[in-house]
Amino acid sequence: MSNHPYIPNTDKDINQMLSVIGVESFEKLISDLPKHLLFPKLNIGNGLTEPELYNHLNIISKENFNLDEYSLFLGAGSYKHYIPATVNSILQRGDFATAYTPYQPEAAQGTLQSGFEFQSLVSRLMGMEVTNAGMYDGPTAFAEACLMACRITKKNKIGLVNFFNPTIIEVLKSYIAYKEIEIIEIKEPKEKIPEDLACLCIQYPNFFGSIPNLDEFVNISKSSDCLSIVHTNPISLGFLKSPGEYGVDIVTAEGQPLGVPISYGGPYIGLFSCNQTHIRQMPGRIIGQTTDIDGKIAYTLTLQTREQHIRRERATSNICTSTQLIGLMVTIYLATLGPDGIKDVGNLCYQKSHYLANSLRNIKGVIIENKNEFFNEFVFSTPLRPSFLNEKLLQKKIIGGLDISNIINNGILICCTEMNTKQQIDSLVSSIQEILNDNE
Amino acid sequence: MNNRDRILLMDRSIPTRKAFNFPSSDVPKQKLPNKNILRKKISLPEISQLEIIRYFTNLSRLNFSIDSNFYPLGSCTMKYNPKINEEIASFSGFQNIHPLQDSKSTQGAIKLIKLLQEFLGEITGLKGVSLAPLAGAQGEYSGLLIARKFHSSNNNNKKNIAIIPDSAHGTNPASAAMAGFDVMTVKSDNSGNVDIEDLKKIINEKIAVFMITIPSTLGLFEPNILKITSMVHKYGGLVYADGANLNALLGLIKLNDLGVDICHSNLHKTFSTPHGGGGPGSGPVMVTEDLSDFLPSPIAKVNKASYELFTPNNSIGKINGFHGSFGILVRAYSYIKSLGSEGLKQVSKNAIINANYIQSQLKNEYSLYSDRYCMHETVLSASKQKNKAIKGLDIAKRLLDYGIHAPTMYFPQIVDEALMIEPTESESKETIDNFIETMKNINDEISNSPEIVKSSPHNLPVKRLDEAKAARNPILKR
Repeated sequence: MSNHPYIPNTDKDINQMLSVIGVESFEKLISDLPKHLLFPKLNIGNGLTEPELYNHLNIISKENFNLDEYSLFLGAGSYKHYIPATVNSILQRGDFATAYTPYQPEAAQGTLQSGFEFQSLVSRLMGMEVTNAGMYDGPTAFAEACLMACRITKKNKIGLVNFFNPTIIEVLKSYIAYKEIEIIEIKEPKEKIPEDLACLCIQYPNFFGSIPNLDEFVNISKSSDCLSIVHTNPISLGFLKSPGEYGVDIVTAEGQPLGVPISYGGPYIGLFSCNQTHIRQMPGRIIGQTTDIDGKIAYTLTLQTREQHIRRERATSNICTSTQLIGLMVTIYLATLGPDGIKDVGNLCYQKSHYLANSLRNIKGVIIENKNEFFNEFVFSTPLRPSFLNEKLLQKKIIGGLDISNIINNGILICCTEMNTKQQIDSLVSSIQEILNDNE
Repeated sequence: MNNRDRILLMDRSIPTRKAFNFPSSDVPKQKLPNKNILRKKISLPEISQLEIIRYFTNLSRLNFSIDSNFYPLGSCTMKYNPKINEEIASFSGFQNIHPLQDSKSTQGAIKLIKLLQEFLGEITGLKGVSLAPLAGAQGEYSGLLIARKFHSSNNNNKKNIAIIPDSAHGTNPASAAMAGFDVMTVKSDNSGNVDIEDLKKIINEKIAVFMITIPSTLGLFEPNILKITSMVHKYGGLVYADGANLNALLGLIKLNDLGVDICHSNLHKTFSTPHGGGGPGSGPVMVTEDLSDFLPSPIAKVNKASYELFTPNNSIGKINGFHGSFGILVRAYSYIKSLGSEGLKQVSKNAIINANYIQSQLKNEYSLYSDRYCMHETVLSASKQKNKAIKGLDIAKRLLDYGIHAPTMYFPQIVDEALMIEPTESESKETIDNFIETMKNINDEISNSPEIVKSSPHNLPVKRLDEAKAARNPILKR
């Protein structure tokens, strides 16, 4: 039989190896397996050669619309930004991609040092003292932050200030299922805050794109004697003041906007930062600087006594992954953009989304729902159902915003990034005008 | 290595240097908000483009990886990560789609999810599949929430005990605790199997779930598995299989046939997606059809020739932001499709032969926890070497000097000075022979010049690290 390219052993190798082992057949090696259940029929089909595989998957990929032909105005937790060529060029190096968790630090200084850079650059962006090596994604990082606050304060009420992305709340609910933890929704931070909160949490910018007043939020958290948690969009932090500057205790974010493709929702990375005082209650991997026996600077996984492989059922979390490779993309993205680039991208998002909002305001029947300042996303409504409007836009090769009519009457959450050209925005505005005229 | 390679980004920063420029805005200038809410200063590195590329390229060279080294890290299944899968995952049609787009515009993506669900259902015999979990530990947590919800939907709220063997991976008890179970540990007997007598003592009507790794973390197949699963079922418990070691079972046996109700699989192990230096992973959860109504959201289905995502009626809910680690799912699908039914069987067969070949050749120099044929990995013990004041750790570090990644050390915890070796099917006989010879050499060195082993590694970018210092005085950023 001819070998599969991923399996080098030839029939001759196999016979030699079996004879060294001292068995006459492979079946002898698996004699502990119940015989009557062995070798079931596996309905997977024949294997494909590489060219066949390429074609097969190329065809499937083309059953998706090609976004190169569409303009995209969808955000709501996943944002299409430009990814500099440096990111993918480094990512393709097998030395990073095909290594594993750096259990042997002497043989993993590349992963460890770049992970240390990740912790450094993300801490700088957030304005926070410490960042871990990475979580699964934004919503799970936020859920873990709430659990951490409950551990630190030994309290069990989580206060969520409006308005959070509903998906983030759903994920939090899965993370606290079967725990004695309660979620309390708080409409206005000024309203009376219940006693005994473990943490007060806010999304910055919030689900509707609005920029909440973090000064007020942090003051209320402090006077309520609970921890403050901010869940942010990191691409906004070259433009907006960082949560750290306001004195927030824990910051989480979806790291995807920083150099990671939208890729139908994953793989992404959760960012998780806090202040030094709380590091021993932090979930996830942490990389620290130390020296080798010759005094040479080196990096290693540290504070591992928090983790599942040592503490088992008493660990701070069951997480083992740090989504390291995606963290590398974030690191290279931030290093490539530098301070000016991260300011520019934030400003471009702001300029374009406001140009869109101000253009939409001129259309009769369109209402911009945000009362406060917003960053790169906002909510508008028209007399038409969002599903109908989006359907019509799709025919014009425009992917419109997210239908949130379940929350705001005929509301659409729409987003601009630096990728949206003036031409795309103008064409979106004139298309909406046209559709409204046609359906008056 | 040049010492300049270790200089951190911030220490290379020179004001006004650039690696990248954005175009200026093409829209009329918009009024900025109150400057009190705007960022004044952000300190990030200012570096040229070449320097960024050179810095990270040189850092990457400090790593061991599958592409450059034999990497027999037990229980991690460090197999070859096929290059074609990287190319396919970067197709614009996969990488350039937004998770909240209308399903009409993402038919290919949902179809791929559906096909991979079917493959994993077929391989494990557990036909209810959700690809949402982002890692093995999340798959585990989902599976345990499913068990909880199943029992509470049957008004069996008293079932709150998870029984877990002492050889289990640390995530098992950690996930069980997160799901609110009381964890009880069952011992392993001298040959590495679940101690049935101990299990009989512990088990009662309060058992919600029994978690077992198949094959076990000792690399052994539990010969009493059918007895155990039927005992658990008799007490109304569910059987959860940790699929970390699924690479041993492809096409040989289906987990459902063994009495398993719930399992997860690590796509970055068995199904060849790159480990990425510690993620991204993916940990789909598979259940019997009876339990499929509890699966985490979303699930792909076909409805009148069109594909759509849905949330089952009694779903445990969403466990992450979108639809799972889609880019990883593409790679895993591509891997399974490349091998087909027969290829998958060959994967497990060769993984098992390779591990037994190593075990048979090294069992004189090193000791075995249990002298049985192993599955896809073998657990050696350096207990003999311990008499010469050499630890498992020293052997692991010395292997690095020979360009071979160390085995998993000190796990499972029940084995003294454990060295857990998993060669995978990807490695050739020549590579494995070289490993065996190296392990024998190191054993000779332990007799003849133990200092060389004790002070290893000698040929790496750094020597042994002061790990206590890192934890005592944490420096976590620059």
